[in-house]
Amino acid sequence: MTRDLIGVGAFALVVLGLVFASSSGVWLNFLMMVLYATLLAQAWNILGGFGGQFSFGHALFFGIGAYVQGIVQVQFGLNAWLALVLAIGVAAAGGAALGAITFRYGLKGSYFALVTLAFAEVFRILAVSVGFTGGGVGLMLPLKESAANLQFGSRHGFIVLMLGLVCAAFAVTAWLRHSRFGAQLQAVRDNEDAARAVGVDPYRTKLGAVVLSAAFMGAGGAFYLQVFQYIDPGIAFGPAVSVEALVGAIVGGMGTLWGPLAGALVLHLMAEGTRNLFGQLPGVNLVIYGALLVLIVMFMPRGLAGWVKRRG
Amino acid sequence: MAEPVLQLDGVSIAFGGLKAVQDVSLTLPAGTLGALIGPNGAGKTTCFALMSGFLKPDRGRVHFAGRDITGRAPHLNARDGLARTFQIVQPFAAQTVRENIAVGAHLHIAGRAAALAEAERVAERVGLATQLDKPAADLTVAGRKRLELARALATKPKLLLLDEVLAGLNPQEIAEMIPVVRGIAQSGITVLMIEHVMQAVMNLAEHVWVLAQGQLIAEGTPATVTSDPKVVEAYLGHGARAAA
Repeated sequence: MTRDLIGVGAFALVVLGLVFASSSGVWLNFLMMVLYATLLAQAWNILGGFGGQFSFGHALFFGIGAYVQGIVQVQFGLNAWLALVLAIGVAAAGGAALGAITFRYGLKGSYFALVTLAFAEVFRILAVSVGFTGGGVGLMLPLKESAANLQFGSRHGFIVLMLGLVCAAFAVTAWLRHSRFGAQLQAVRDNEDAARAVGVDPYRTKLGAVVLSAAFMGAGGAFYLQVFQYIDPGIAFGPAVSVEALVGAIVGGMGTLWGPLAGALVLHLMAEGTRNLFGQLPGVNLVIYGALLVLIVMFMPRGLAGWVKRRG
Repeated sequence: MAEPVLQLDGVSIAFGGLKAVQDVSLTLPAGTLGALIGPNGAGKTTCFALMSGFLKPDRGRVHFAGRDITGRAPHLNARDGLARTFQIVQPFAAQTVRENIAVGAHLHIAGRAAALAEAERVAERVGLATQLDKPAADLTVAGRKRLELARALATKPKLLLLDEVLAGLNPQEIAEMIPVVRGIAQSGITVLMIEHVMQAVMNLAEHVWVLAQGQLIAEGTPATVTSDPKVVEAYLGHGARAAA
């Protein structure tokens, strides 16, 4: 545990060094988006990698976080920092609700994946249909640039905030690797019956994992809104975010501490690289990106982290 | 007779038209090393599932340590001291032997370091001490059987249900395992084992129940049970007596 936390601390220092070493917009944006993707991937990894529950609809929690963050500011004039706390809390509660309905009835594997996908879609349609979300037009966050409003003048502030969230997610993941709860969660993942036989309650264990996972996903959504100051149902609850979260974790290495970071970094490098090389031919970059993804999953079935571990 | 640890009263379960267990009643006194034997498909493992809470009986009651636990969830029974192993071994394959056993130890130990230390002690007891850092998936069959046993033992059970811990082992491995099981019973844990290896049953068990086609057909000491004509018939079929 201590070693893991020292690693997280070192990682934070390196990122801070990288942030303040340059003021290039492209570079800062790249750093921010990699950290953001790391948060989503780590959030998914807590439930999918450590708990073995593969969600295909993690956008559900992302969208809840983003919309709560926006609605309480726009409609009720709440401070953005308080809104962030609330957004994380409501997303976690959403996780608890989803977990309660799915895990109580023992939904597993592809059934769980389908139900999460369905819930995200239902929320997407709801967000289009009701008034207080701004409907299909989306929700705009008025520009009020100040740190007190969680709208930083430069990328630096956002990166430091996101770094804090990512470090919190890493700390929770490190705790999963070295705690009773984490041991029980991995036991449920590897063999639910055997876990039950030694006194593990699979329902409560998975419920705990989905709450933690949803909380970080909600933080990601709230962060997205603060940075881009706009959210609509497609962005918030659409499959793109769900896929980004799960691909980052799977490519990086499920059930590992550093896998989601490796996944997020490699995916962003690949996306940027293919866009720069083939950007003038529309679509080609995506084809290459997809092909690379297939190759990674084929030749590194346990992700980058698993591949490094086997070589090392 | 000592206080019964486990008591079944007229327990039955059917899967569709198959009456897997019919009207089974048995009493296991504390401190006994008992065995449940019977031909393949007799319903022995189903019996274990009914005792430990993995299955809920259609009829009948299960009492454990003086308490009605019929249909109670297995993890709650485990917390009260009812542990079981699986005939088809169920390791947490991605984890090391030490981590596997620690999951059992965590039932009563919250701290990670303490649970890992306890895992080491339990591993020593079942002869896994040299393989603590191996991934569970790399163990031999004999090793996995020991791991099943160790994980259940780490929960500090009052009653241990052992489902064929000797199956698939070679004679030498069986000879090594018998004293381990006896040591567990001598440490004060009540043991009920399902076993096909008759050498072990004769060697270890104080009391034997024989199950055939879902029904108890005999019980008693190993010697009386094995000479019971009904038991011979259940194993070898009609006419076996005449031929013998």
